Amino acid sequence: MSISVQSLTKLYGKQKAIDAITFSTQPGKVTGFLGPNGAGKSTTMKILTGFIPQTTGSATVCGFDVVSQSQEVRRNVGYLPETNPQYLEMYVKESLAFIADVHQIHNPAKRIAEVIEQTGLGPEHHKKIGQLSKGYRQRVGLAQAIIHDPKVLILDEPTSGLDPNQLVGIRQLIRELGQTKTIILSTHIMQEVDAVCDDVIIINQGKIVASDSLHGIKEQYKGKSIEQIFIGLTSGLA
Amino acid sequence: MVAYITIGVFLLVMGLFLWVFPDSSILDYGYSGLDSLFSTAPYLFMFLIPAVTMRSLAEERKEGTFELLATRPLTDWQIIAGKYLACLLIVLFALAPTLIYYYTVYTLGNPVGNIDTGAVIGSYIGLFLLGSSFTAIGIFASSITNNQIIAFTVAVFLSFFAFSGFDSLSGLLSLQNYALQDFGINEHYQSISRGVLDTRDLIYFLSFIAVFLTITKTILGGRKW
Repeated sequence: MSISVQSLTKLYGKQKAIDAITFSTQPGKVTGFLGPNGAGKSTTMKILTGFIPQTTGSATVCGFDVVSQSQEVRRNVGYLPETNPQYLEMYVKESLAFIADVHQIHNPAKRIAEVIEQTGLGPEHHKKIGQLSKGYRQRVGLAQAIIHDPKVLILDEPTSGLDPNQLVGIRQLIRELGQTKTIILSTHIMQEVDAVCDDVIIINQGKIVASDSLHGIKEQYKGKSIEQIFIGLTSGLA
Repeated sequence: MVAYITIGVFLLVMGLFLWVFPDSSILDYGYSGLDSLFSTAPYLFMFLIPAVTMRSLAEERKEGTFELLATRPLTDWQIIAGKYLACLLIVLFALAPTLIYYYTVYTLGNPVGNIDTGAVIGSYIGLFLLGSSFTAIGIFASSITNNQIIAFTVAVFLSFFAFSGFDSLSGLLSLQNYALQDFGINEHYQSISRGVLDTRDLIYFLSFIAVFLTITKTILGGRKW
């Protein structure tokens, strides 16, 4: 079990961002992490990557505790934050070289060329990040997330801002990576869930309201599309 | 970019003070010494070092890139040390070209070489330690806010207070017995400038830097944003 979360709770002041959630994911599976805005998706991801500590409960990634063994967790996780923060004054290759250096990758030049190829950054790789369009910046973020070949990938809305052609390519890449890695991705695009996810976790107001394989969840709500299921579970209209 | 301008302004103002403005000019002073350099530099550092450091952590917070750093296999100490040493290097780059003034005064002396080299070396060490302390203050000020202007203002005030505030306070009648000036940077800076490197002064500066960087670490660890 590469990600295991046990009754994880995070309080911001008095507000419960996530409320005792428990789930686990397997290697070789892409898990879709769905929920309305403010449901707690990004908070969960920030805890899993060791950026913020939880209030109570525990979480492990690749067997390492996210608080006490934070450095090991960070070595094994590739993370693309929702806001995709970048050093805008850096060149694409420069920024990848910086991240490669942080991870002490052997033969960085070769690995950088590989991820540029994988993420389709080729035509833009000589530019500064600040000059790139949103879709290409998103690819830089993705390239940074996969450069150290992590076992676990945590992608917070990885396809936001991509055009339809880019979407196909990036989803294909996520599927390929998902064959060997554990991937958690959040998204608001339901076709994407159908296209790339094996498992689905739906979270609403900090609580998990559904957690099953994509196949299983469709069996359970016979005849409904994933979009109808999502709306039913999270809007209180079911 | 900030660094080039800061270094440029530092050297320009320094040059004006030492060689052009008559009140502090070495040429008008009559003695071959670099005293004006070492009495002016702390006040320039007070404004220029905060300008260099204000961006370091405040910008990372504002742009969210701190998340990029903090989710990589780096400890908070490594991030702080990186920022601190980078800023300190800029301070050194600003200071290095002024060594040429030593050579100038050395040559202009009558007889040639009539300059107290020991005091100059001591003063440079003192100025470097003072710069290191101001840099630590600046990094701290940059960690408490995501607004660079606030970081700059706080750093200037703290640097000024740490440098000469305790001296002035110790002049208050009711506080004259407490040797308050020992807490200030100026007291230790002057002591090192005399050319005697006392371990007490060295320990003072090292603890000063350690205290501010430790507070910075605590603030970063809190992740209150």
